Amino acid sequence: MTALLIILVIVLVLVVLLQIALTSDFINFIKGDDDEEGRSKFQGSMLMVFLVIGFITLIWSIFYFKGRFLPEPASEHGHLIDMNFNLALFFTGIVFVVTQILLFYFAYKYRYRKGRKAFYFPENNKLEVAWTIVPAIVLTFLIVKGLTSWYAITSDAPEDKIVFEATGKQFAWVLRYPGADGELGALAGRDKVSPTNEVGIDWNDPSSKDDFLANDIVLPVGKPVEVKIEAMDVIHSFFLPHFRVKMDAVPGITTRFWFVPTITTAEMREKLGDPGFNFELACAELCGRGHSSMRKVVTIVTPEEYQKWVEAQTPYSQLVGAYEQKTSRQTAENANVGTALNAEIN
Amino acid sequence: MSDVNTTMEHTHAEAHDHAHEAHHENFFTKYLFTMDHKMIAKQFLITGIFWAIIGAFFSVVFRLQLGFPDADLSWLAPVMGRWLTPDGALDPNFYNALITMHGTLLVFFVLTAGLSGTFANFLIPLQIGARDMASPMMNMLSYWFFFLASVIMFVSLFIPDGPAQGGWTAYPPLSYLLGHGMTLWLLSLTFFVASTVLGGLNYITTILNMRTKGMSMFKMPLTIWALFFTAVIGLLSFPVLVAGFILLIFDRSLGTSFYLSDLVVNGQFLDKGTGSPILYEHLFWFLGHPEVYIVILPAMGIVSEVLSVNSKKPVFGYRAMVFSILAITILSFLVWAHHMFVSGMNPFVGSIFVLFTLLIAVPSAIKVFNWIATIWRGNIRLNPQTMYAIGFVSMFISGGLTGIFLGNSTIDIQLHDTYFIVAHFHIVMGVAAFFGMFAGIHHWFPKMFGRYMNRSMAYMHFWVTLIGAYLIFWPMHYMGMAGVPRRYYTFDAFDAFSQFAGMNVFITVVVMIVFAFQILWVANFFYSIFKGRKVKESNPWGATTLEWTTPVNPGHGNWPGEIPEVYRWPYDYNKNGHEFIPQTVPMEEGELEHEETPAPEKVS
Repeated sequence: MTALLIILVIVLVLVVLLQIALTSDFINFIKGDDDEEGRSKFQGSMLMVFLVIGFITLIWSIFYFKGRFLPEPASEHGHLIDMNFNLALFFTGIVFVVTQILLFYFAYKYRYRKGRKAFYFPENNKLEVAWTIVPAIVLTFLIVKGLTSWYAITSDAPEDKIVFEATGKQFAWVLRYPGADGELGALAGRDKVSPTNEVGIDWNDPSSKDDFLANDIVLPVGKPVEVKIEAMDVIHSFFLPHFRVKMDAVPGITTRFWFVPTITTAEMREKLGDPGFNFELACAELCGRGHSSMRKVVTIVTPEEYQKWVEAQTPYSQLVGAYEQKTSRQTAENANVGTALNAEIN
Repeated sequence: MSDVNTTMEHTHAEAHDHAHEAHHENFFTKYLFTMDHKMIAKQFLITGIFWAIIGAFFSVVFRLQLGFPDADLSWLAPVMGRWLTPDGALDPNFYNALITMHGTLLVFFVLTAGLSGTFANFLIPLQIGARDMASPMMNMLSYWFFFLASVIMFVSLFIPDGPAQGGWTAYPPLSYLLGHGMTLWLLSLTFFVASTVLGGLNYITTILNMRTKGMSMFKMPLTIWALFFTAVIGLLSFPVLVAGFILLIFDRSLGTSFYLSDLVVNGQFLDKGTGSPILYEHLFWFLGHPEVYIVILPAMGIVSEVLSVNSKKPVFGYRAMVFSILAITILSFLVWAHHMFVSGMNPFVGSIFVLFTLLIAVPSAIKVFNWIATIWRGNIRLNPQTMYAIGFVSMFISGGLTGIFLGNSTIDIQLHDTYFIVAHFHIVMGVAAFFGMFAGIHHWFPKMFGRYMNRSMAYMHFWVTLIGAYLIFWPMHYMGMAGVPRRYYTFDAFDAFSQFAGMNVFITVVVMIVFAFQILWVANFFYSIFKGRKVKESNPWGATTLEWTTPVNPGHGNWPGEIPEVYRWPYDYNKNGHEFIPQTVPMEEGELEHEETPAPEKVS
């Protein structure tokens, strides 16, 4: 009912505006002479008002939302990305302010006046060359800066990295850690996927034996981490906004992204004064009905806490009884995978 | 050369006869199966407006979901009953359908067919001095293929499992898994591409072969240059898209797996071998990126023309404008993979696309500076079309600059698929292109319908749209920087994203107001066709180009007598004391061409 009333009010307002517009054009028409000069003056002044109020609102909004956009980076390369962002912001900011002011100011200043002549000025090669070369130089600078960072970020991960696997499926992430041997077991193929083998692990690979599945991502601070990204059904995207990490999960292809967390969850909570704060994992590629629910909590801990957490996990092979001669279906369904120490850490 | 002239005379004579036949037309041949380029342009325009209303309405509905997730939408049940859950909320599948349809309709049906279809058809013969298109029959087919595509897309809105839900990019394997809506979507867009290719071939042929005597390429208005390169881009990129679509149709219907590898969907194993969805991404974006230039170039051409006519000042740097369009055309084919920096593509490949993407900012910057120089020291009549053109330049600056962030692969890691990109492309190719379209419609409405549009309504619409567009899209940059992903049905699950709930409410309210004023514009459009003030003089804006040398209501064939001859470039405004000198006026003895004009001694 309220909605209906709102629609009625909107329709009514539109009809009133329609009538006002029709009448005002009609009055102009019967008055015979169209006051082009007055009209241009009014619209020109409005453009100036818009320019001034627009800039005031813009500056206000920056202060109002300060601290909410580009959240504090929580990874080493995050600072690199933010540096590039600020660099681009600096140059585009100058161009934005200057060109918008010139555009609106010229429209106001050179508005129509009876009898005035416009200036016949069809071209000037010096000006053209100037505003070709200056943007080209600035852009070259941005390209060089950007690509240097890009190569640093996409370089191979250091040898002492911790690797874990994130597999996207409709609509959840399956997280697999390598266990004590530090090596993820191989995948045998998607045809091996079953309720007791969520991602199709190759049980013949000895390094599979101690792999464990985790409910949430837990990582040590200050250590290089490589996430091995897989997809089961459609394209997903592994996105950690605070860590500036994003990489698509593509079916049939393994993608990777490595980063170094620089701050623990506890430290971040203290810094923000928000005891409920959590780093989050999200999906950033439309994957269907449940796209907006693919959340996991990311907990960054000290290396000691991490070691303790790893040791407390039960290997997946053990949970599903992969190496025992029994049907393991029931065990797997009842198993509360990998939650052992999460509660303690949180 | 003389041969060409003879042939042209011949064609003109034939077309001239044809013009007299126009009197014997009935309703069907005049309004429906017409071969008159002006009527075909109106068909494109009105179909485009129809889709724009539907597409915009969809955006209002999904904005309601984002702004007021708890709102009871059951009042929408009469129109979209099946799309609502029993408690009146929008079903997530149909939320995905709405965003998919909003994108598809606006990008293809409105801003491609409705914008370049309208103005290419309307302006090319009129501004180059031709009786009609090179092939009027192909032109008619182009519209009717578009109509067929429209019918199929419209039907897809009403089938039980709803229209396509895979986003306008329709990435497989998601699009592989979707239902019949996706099939109709692919079918519709295949017909749409046929329409675009037929139209594009025709535009190019007409411009190259049918210019009137004296109309050399460098005497063409910038609208024609823009439409020419638009057609070239469309002709080279749309077939690639259709190839991509056909492979997808094979995957969906014939059991191939070009894009599919072994999948496990809902616990079911699908034995699909080792295809790659990345292949589809490449094929899609090979059109997908040039597409944004297909959308924006006609608007750029229109704006150049409108600013020059209304400032009574030549377009600044005509040749620089032409060459920057050419540069954009070439570069537009070398940047597609900047949509795929984080797709798993080799990072080295990504770096090449960073280079070309940021390079494309140079010709864009040249164009912006030239527009500003065009209005500098002009005598600007701030008519509605001028206001829309100024709005276009403002939006193009705002949206173009954020492209420099997104084109930089390093920054794109954070911004990819967030609201930042939503803000960027809505400002630069959505709102800006619409402003170009509004400017063009207001400017050429007198030529199209022999009447003026209501000015007061246009001003109101302009101001609400300009302010509204900034209020809607500017805050989205902030959300995007914080990482809020696009295409989310709800942000409730995430602490980092749900903090912007207030902003979503604000945006949704503004969207509703702006939508109401778009309806006002549509009302103005249709009201003015029938009841607008009649045009008395044949050249109401004091323009130099050829379309204003035709009668107020030109018949089929455009000029009742001979086609006028052209002697000068189209931008002789305020030259030698004349406010404007039409292209049909011969050069005076000793008069200098624009490129020979000596640089002024004192510039400021």
